[in-house]
Amino acid sequence: MQHNTLQKIFIVLLASSVIWPLLAQTAEDVVVSAAQTSNSDLHARVLAASCAACHGTNGNAVTGSNENRNAILAGRDVTEFITKMLGFKDGSREATVMHHHAKGLTEVEIRQLAEYFSKQKPTGALLLKPQTLKAHHE
Amino acid sequence: MNKNTTMNRRDFIKVGAATGVLLANPAFSMGRKPPLGRVVIVGGGYAGTTAAKYIRMWSLGAVEVVVVEKSSQFVSCPMSNLVLGGSKTIDDLTFSYDLVQKNHGIKWAQDEVTAINTQAKKVIMKRGELNYDRLIVAPGIDFNYEALPNLMAEDAQQQIPHAWKAGWQTVNLRKQLEQMPDGGVFVMTIPKAPYRCPPGPYERVCQVASYFKAQKPASKVIVLDANAEVISKKGLFLKAWAELYPNIVEYRPNNALVSVDVATKTVVTEADKVKADVLNVIPPQKAGRIAQLANLVEPDYPWCEVDFLTYESKIIPNVHVIGDSVSSGLPKSAHMATSQARVCASAIVELMKGQSPDPAPVFANTCYSFIDDKHAMHVANVYRYDAPKKIMVPAEGGGVSAKASAQEGVYALAWAQNIWADVLT
Repeated sequence: MQHNTLQKIFIVLLASSVIWPLLAQTAEDVVVSAAQTSNSDLHARVLAASCAACHGTNGNAVTGSNENRNAILAGRDVTEFITKMLGFKDGSREATVMHHHAKGLTEVEIRQLAEYFSKQKPTGALLLKPQTLKAHHE
Repeated sequence: MNKNTTMNRRDFIKVGAATGVLLANPAFSMGRKPPLGRVVIVGGGYAGTTAAKYIRMWSLGAVEVVVVEKSSQFVSCPMSNLVLGGSKTIDDLTFSYDLVQKNHGIKWAQDEVTAINTQAKKVIMKRGELNYDRLIVAPGIDFNYEALPNLMAEDAQQQIPHAWKAGWQTVNLRKQLEQMPDGGVFVMTIPKAPYRCPPGPYERVCQVASYFKAQKPASKVIVLDANAEVISKKGLFLKAWAELYPNIVEYRPNNALVSVDVATKTVVTEADKVKADVLNVIPPQKAGRIAQLANLVEPDYPWCEVDFLTYESKIIPNVHVIGDSVSSGLPKSAHMATSQARVCASAIVELMKGQSPDPAPVFANTCYSFIDDKHAMHVANVYRYDAPKKIMVPAEGGGVSAKASAQEGVYALAWAQNIWADVLT
């Protein structure tokens, strides 16, 4: 009972535009995340985030010298994403790495990922600048 | 820090929701407790920093996050073998924490933890202390020198570097390789699994051999492996050694280290006695110091047991463990550390909202190894929660590259750039 009330209040709080500037979030983030209470949404956000090592935060890949444009998943068309992933999964589409991921996912998960990435804004990603190692580091 | 909070959490949310405007008051962001409480994260490596960012993102800033990390810079272990090969420098792998802190409003204490009081939910540091609602411990690995007492001294580790935490140790080993005359012998010892980065030692063999082949072709690489065989990407590594470095690499399995003579750089194993010109002992490993300090390990097993839905410790409630310290039976890799961090972050946000975490998390791991300066190969897997067994298990369909390639070398560098950007911005 108390938890339910707390949840409702929290969602109201998230939906309130007043807090946006304080929390430094975009309107899209608030709308997407306020709905993230279902299990499938929780499942999708962690699964989608685990793609970040190659595809960037929320599908915004660092593409460096343009060689890697295909890695950008943010804003990708749902049907295109699903077609490619199902092709990797059943082996009809050639892959270097992606077949090892696609085969491990269910069709439901592939659809969830397609929906998730299609809703992400393609913001681009920063190529991180390295720096000199300091003398006192281990 | 929260002494001036006069309302409890629930009252504060109620007032905030009713009036809306109260939240625009700067006091909210300055001194008051955020509505969902505070998470303290000890350790700013791949796991800890990722957890910090994603808790802030997924809670929409409603959970306060404080990271305690003693180093002022992030130095990547992935790619650090390339420093030994000579195609990267340590400065290519060293980054600031500034962006991730600023972009996500993460509070940061550059400090060293001296004690953790899990009863009082308090972290004690050299220069202060922090209360937490939930604690994440992400301390990476520590070396287990019990069987190798003469390698415990700092001076011994300078003469015989481990180079298994990237930084000056990596630079030291590279310098020793540069100073070694042609015709010298590089000896590396590999501990019994589990250890950080299963393919790492074998990639290191390739990198050192690649350097020798180009610069010191009469030199040798002798690998003394405590394991019965190459434990990751076996076929691909054996092929690389046979085809690229046939007169350089000598691999000896079932060769566990027994003792080391520091002055003469001589190692005695169960099967051999070998004198090295440059000696690299990768020591046996255990959960990081903080995990030991907080009693998150059982006396007879050096890794932390957790609930794989939340990464909460099986020993101490409200304390979560992520990254290489976790006992999961799965590879201790940077990508796994970030994947665990996100499951943990997602679960903590839901728990703090009074909701349930995902009952069946799934995540991916991709790990590249370079066989020279340009060609790389991968092992990739999806991991899925097995509810009856309560562990993460590999899903069907994972595997390794058909062969190492220049294309995968490009992918491997893109992997590094993306995981760095994900963790640090």
